[in-house]
Amino acid sequence: MARRYSARRELAMTIIAWTVGLAIFFPILWTVLTSFKTEAEAVASPPSFLFFHWTTENYAEVQSRSNYLAHFMNSAVISLGSTLAALVIAIPAAWAMAFSPTKRTKDVLMWMLSTKMMPPVGALIPVYLIFRDTGLLDTRPGLVIVLTLINLPIVTWMLYTYFKEIPGEILEAARMDGASLLKEIVYVLTPMAVPGIASTLLLNVILAWNEAFWTLNLTTSEAAPLTAFIASYSSPEGLFYGKLSAASTMAIAPILILGWFSQKQLVRGLTFGAVK
Amino acid sequence: MATLHTRSAARLMMAPSVLLLLAWMIIPLAMTIYFSFLRYNLLMPGTEEFAGLANYQYFLTDPAFFTALANTLLIVGGVLLITVIGGIALALLLDQPMYGQGIVRILVIAPFFVMPTVSALVWKNMFMNPVNGLFAWIAGSFGLQPIDWLASVPLLSIIIIIAWQWLPFSTLILLTALQSLNEEQKEAAEMDGAGAISTFIYIVLPHMARAITVVVLIQTIFLLSVFAEILVTTNGGPGVQSTNLTFLVYTQALLQFDIGGASAGGIVAVVLANIVAVFLIRLIGKNLEA
Repeated sequence: MARRYSARRELAMTIIAWTVGLAIFFPILWTVLTSFKTEAEAVASPPSFLFFHWTTENYAEVQSRSNYLAHFMNSAVISLGSTLAALVIAIPAAWAMAFSPTKRTKDVLMWMLSTKMMPPVGALIPVYLIFRDTGLLDTRPGLVIVLTLINLPIVTWMLYTYFKEIPGEILEAARMDGASLLKEIVYVLTPMAVPGIASTLLLNVILAWNEAFWTLNLTTSEAAPLTAFIASYSSPEGLFYGKLSAASTMAIAPILILGWFSQKQLVRGLTFGAVK
Repeated sequence: MATLHTRSAARLMMAPSVLLLLAWMIIPLAMTIYFSFLRYNLLMPGTEEFAGLANYQYFLTDPAFFTALANTLLIVGGVLLITVIGGIALALLLDQPMYGQGIVRILVIAPFFVMPTVSALVWKNMFMNPVNGLFAWIAGSFGLQPIDWLASVPLLSIIIIIAWQWLPFSTLILLTALQSLNEEQKEAAEMDGAGAISTFIYIVLPHMARAITVVVLIQTIFLLSVFAEILVTTNGGPGVQSTNLTFLVYTQALLQFDIGGASAGGIVAVVLANIVAVFLIRLIGKNLEA
């Protein structure tokens, strides 16, 4: 492929793209910068961009005042727990659909996707009342159950698209060579399925971590994950830009890093392999 | 090679997944439908009684409903418009040869991973705040009157915030599609004398059609039920200016404890989503033919 572009054009493109990229990233950058300012400097006008007195006191304050760690743990347990539960339920199903498809397989897949179309608000009231009556309101198990169910269609779809790419002939060949079913699963299938399962896990942890409708409506304090904790800053007495920024930075940093690592899978996963 | 044996095994393996989703779909929906026909307020327990279509009548004739319906569609439409057009532009830009392409890509996709409550709060306080916000400072340094974004143009402000969150997604998907375009095809078109614009219209755009479909489908699912961004920024206000259907039902149920009315609203939201879904499922069903 011959390079048809001049160096000058490449330089121009670089400048434009970097400007646009930094503009889109700016709110995140600004949040991180503000988290290292004192409250006075955080609201100073004109705003100080880099030349301010760097401090980490906001981070210490956030934890000492509000038990940030407890909310972090809630987020971690809920997003990991619901993703693992969804995987356990979805792996056999996706496996069956990929390797033993029937005439109805496609309909089943489409139906599963269609359950995602149901607006959560259509289910909010019953779920809220059931949870209230069974004591699941504001508990981690309650949120794990709900997030598992809302993740399930996406997890099944993603796994299905990954599994479908494993050629069935390899399995047949292994069977011909006299591999037992157990050996076939352990030595042939699993190694080929692991990358797909890992990508699914990663993406769904990200989605569950950021899920806000159910976490905001089904928790108050005990099981509140970071989404709900951060929302509590919208009350007037919580308005401290430095602390708000520190809490926000800590809430988004792990997922941002995870997301950057999984950006390639993100495309395949979220589009069910329709875009490659 | 599917024998009778493997087929029943397959059915068994699918059972938990199918049954759970079936339950998740049917039980809450059936209960919502049932509640929607009751006069049912959590503050007055024991007074539930059959109300016929009164809840629907109340909900559908409430002026707030029409505002919420319009707002729901404006949010979906507005954000889709910004993210699809912006996504195409950004994908074309990022596809050009440049220095540090990988880093720019990382900068551009970052907002997608920011949780909605964080992005809402950050935009609300640090950018759109009429006193301390950066936008106010920028306006002020040009000698302009700062805009009180969330008070004077609440819906637009919310659309901007949500579009910022979703632009990375469409950019990433469209860029991936763009990079799978055969370079030779473009070169051939150029040899035949096609300009940049006609190459884009006749070759690049059709190639991206499927990716655009996917972007529209997935975003619509999420945008129809936007909630956190509204709760954190405007709380639906001023008045109901930035209330969407999801938020309207939420206020009815969990703030006014009117379970009957809220359930009727929930069913209306489900019907609306299904109308949209019928079109979308057909579209993607065609496009996903693997």
